[in-house]
Amino acid sequence: MDRIKFLGDVKIRPALIQLLNLGMIISSALIIWKGLMCITGCESPVVVVLTGSMEPGFKRGDILFLHMNKEPIRAGEIVVYNVDGRDIPIVHRVIKAHERRDTGEIDILTKGDNNPVDDISLYSGGQLWLNRHHIIGRAIGYLPYVGYLTIIMTEMPIVKHLLIVVLALLVITSKE
Amino acid sequence: MIHAEVVDRIGLMGLTLTSREREEREMHSAVQRANALATIAAILLATICAAASFLDAFNSPSLQAHVQVVKINRFRRQLDGNDEVKMTLKMSMDLTSLFTWNTKQVFVFLAAEYETDTNSLNQVSLWDHIVQEKDHASFQVKVPTKYPLIDQGTNLRGKKVGLVLHWHIMPISGRMIQGKMPLSDFSLPDSYTTRS
Repeated sequence: MDRIKFLGDVKIRPALIQLLNLGMIISSALIIWKGLMCITGCESPVVVVLTGSMEPGFKRGDILFLHMNKEPIRAGEIVVYNVDGRDIPIVHRVIKAHERRDTGEIDILTKGDNNPVDDISLYSGGQLWLNRHHIIGRAIGYLPYVGYLTIIMTEMPIVKHLLIVVLALLVITSKE
Repeated sequence: MIHAEVVDRIGLMGLTLTSREREEREMHSAVQRANALATIAAILLATICAAASFLDAFNSPSLQAHVQVVKINRFRRQLDGNDEVKMTLKMSMDLTSLFTWNTKQVFVFLAAEYETDTNSLNQVSLWDHIVQEKDHASFQVKVPTKYPLIDQGTNLRGKKVGLVLHWHIMPISGRMIQGKMPLSDFSLPDSYTTRS
């Protein structure tokens, strides 16, 4: 009788502490992510390269660090942009830039280093140029291979689910 | 009986642990060891990457380059009303000082830069090249322009155009570095030409 009561009391506290730990980990990760968003001025300060259109510079699975500021966009910069109506951002280099004298608006043409032609066919409809509002950010830094895990998780969701299950098990069964 | 329970709960120094609890202790040590190893490896890797990128900033390049417009191949007005120029360029450059041990490749391109009444700046890339090794960083080429110079309008006749060499150092890991160097200017002909 005594033994069972004792067991019941002690088991709840550690479980709650585990939950709290998990919550702390998740919130710290969120704080870091949102903080990065503020510092870099981009909605997604880190992107994973999905295609081979910028090889040999960027390969599939590399991650890029982005930054966005008010500086004018110039030829040679590697920009990440969204085409109207499409979700997946594209990372290519600016090869032509025309800046209007009166409005300060800029017309941009991009091209992937490894592509034979420029991106005009990627822009939506009859659009000939990209403008500032299409650009999400400029690539300023780069780490190789790190993003490959994200690609695997996106293309094979089973890996993502497996990872979550394994992580949850580890957190629950660890005694501290 | 009760004494043994209490000692179990406190887990005192392994002296009175049951064999099952001893097993659990060892199992956790293995996981903890792997965890510690992975963390240290990750921190070391991140430190090396950061250090490599940091050291890149101290590289002060001194490169030389020269460009010359050999011939205007085509200078005409396109069907949609914009001026278009294609030319042959002769270029020589020495980019070896841009390479550090953390350099994966150098992307170099030549831009034609000019201004017009409507546009305060026009930058059009005429030619680009990727140099992956320091040994191949010094070279001479005579090539037709890879991309035509197309204006937004018809402002190119007699226009003075500056040729600027741009480079983009892409590292093995870390921060990317951009630079540029204005080279010679040249003036386009006063009237359209046709291919001879």
